[in-house]
Amino acid sequence: MTSNNKWGVVAEFDSATSIYHACEKVTAEGYTRTDAHTPFPVHGLDKVLKQPESGLGWLVVCCGFTGIILAQLMMWWMNAYDYPIWVSGKQPYAWPSTIPITFEMMILLSGLGAVFGMFALNRLPRLHHPIFAHSTIHRVTDDRFFLSIEATDPKFDSQATMQFLQGIGGANVEVIED
Amino acid sequence: MTATATQTTARSLSQIAPNVTSRVKAGDLATAQNGLIAVGVLIALLGYFEVFGHHGALSYLVGYMGVLGIALCALFFTMIQHITRAGWSVSVRRLAENMTGTLPFMLLMFIPIIYGFDDIYGHWAHANITDPNAANYDAVLAGKSSYLNKEFFFVRVGIYFAIWIALATFFRQNSIKQDESGDPALSMKMSRVAAPGLLLFALSITFAAFDWIMSVDPHWFSTIFGITYFAGGFMSFLAFTILLSMWLNSKGYYKEAINTEHYHDLGKLMFSFMIFWTYTNFSQYMLIWYANLPEETQWFTHRTLHGWGTIGTALIIGHFAFPFVFLLSRNVKRHKLGLPIGAVAMLLVHCLDMQFLILPSGLHGAEAHGGDGGALAAVADGDHGNGFGAYLATIDWADYGCFIGLLMVFTGLTLMNVRRTNLIPLRDPRLSESINFENF
Repeated sequence: MTSNNKWGVVAEFDSATSIYHACEKVTAEGYTRTDAHTPFPVHGLDKVLKQPESGLGWLVVCCGFTGIILAQLMMWWMNAYDYPIWVSGKQPYAWPSTIPITFEMMILLSGLGAVFGMFALNRLPRLHHPIFAHSTIHRVTDDRFFLSIEATDPKFDSQATMQFLQGIGGANVEVIED
Repeated sequence: MTATATQTTARSLSQIAPNVTSRVKAGDLATAQNGLIAVGVLIALLGYFEVFGHHGALSYLVGYMGVLGIALCALFFTMIQHITRAGWSVSVRRLAENMTGTLPFMLLMFIPIIYGFDDIYGHWAHANITDPNAANYDAVLAGKSSYLNKEFFFVRVGIYFAIWIALATFFRQNSIKQDESGDPALSMKMSRVAAPGLLLFALSITFAAFDWIMSVDPHWFSTIFGITYFAGGFMSFLAFTILLSMWLNSKGYYKEAINTEHYHDLGKLMFSFMIFWTYTNFSQYMLIWYANLPEETQWFTHRTLHGWGTIGTALIIGHFAFPFVFLLSRNVKRHKLGLPIGAVAMLLVHCLDMQFLILPSGLHGAEAHGGDGGALAAVADGDHGNGFGAYLATIDWADYGCFIGLLMVFTGLTLMNVRRTNLIPLRDPRLSESINFENF
């Protein structure tokens, strides 16, 4: 596919320390649509790149409360409305008996919300990503660290951004086509 | 890992965090310490001797058990950090160790309970209660009398305090010794002792809760009772630690040694043990409700009368629903105002929890002692005496006053210990890890 749409610029670094300092310079330069790709979690990179706080927590809270409401509705429907049965003198819809199920439904929906919400926010699953076009990107699972600046960044300019990344110590700086 | 093989000593505080002073300046905090102890003793004694009140011994027990839970769980905190060889908590641990240093004084503060023994534990210590021919013979209490008798009760008081004071002294003294030598072998030694220490702690706090709180209603029994007491106590210990260390921090101590990351972790633990308290209490309630046996349900029947039903609801909201929503967010736990507000609320509901456990059994013992007749008749008459007004008519000021007074004494005694030792374990091998740790 020959397209003139640029996805961004990717630079390679050879250590966690060097990519950490590179990220500091990228943020100081004013780039915002950035990302770091590393073989293992490098603590503090998200703060240096000023990554916004994940919205996953709010999603999980909503799922949890949905679970509570669903469980209560389910037990009220089954035990008190549709087919009420009196067991050992307890009311058909007695709150103490609903707590364990409510708790479990809250946990279940929160857990599912956390896993699938994480997938959705990361736009997974996907079979291909433009960054795979970089010539040495396969070493990201081994011993190299990559820093990308996307074309959607307001400060992005393929020539200037490339030179900037080379200037702060990036190797194999390549412009990636979408 | 054999730490003895290398014989390296840990780095000193001046190398890790040069800003942090290792000791309280001479004379500093002395006014706070003496003032807290003096005013606290005064308030507790006014409460105990029923000045403007009417059930001093029970009020004192409410306050005492509330504060004892904090002191004991400081010991638990110390041991759990050693057994897990935790790094994050090292700079907080000295404060907990200094709280455990108050346990000998807690034994001293137990004397009013011995003095008021008949007011509190009279239900099972009546004369002739085990004599089949006596008018007040009670077959259930006669069956329990090999455990619930005055002599064995006091022997157990001695055993519990012997365990607690011995463990507290061991961990505090070895930690202080490490300030001088920096010997990592001391950490290994404390880690090894923490395992049997925790076992002894679990058994002693469980039976202490049985003896000192549950036996106020001697007919009733619950095997999970000790754990509910422990859960509330540990939550309160964390709340108290957050507040005290924040106050010391505002005085210019600790600085980066106890920072937002530590407060965040203490807040997380406080949040989780608030939920654990709810979990254990619900587990207890659920089984009693489900089985519906009179000998067990009578305990909750008493807690629907004289306004205690309102307090039960208040505990569900104040000890669970509200703090759950309030403290759930990471941002609140890291907020310099949000977390202490939560901590103050947790200490208040801890006092309310102690009232709910002790006072309904203690104050309305006649109903409790005469089987369910009195209480059930009151329910049948529609005389629930419920609502917040009934609660206010039931309690008196000392039910809060003794807790606040004894908490002030406890704070003063802790400050006394804080002033005598270094503020943090200066040469603990994991101190650097603790000061530099971050929540990611």
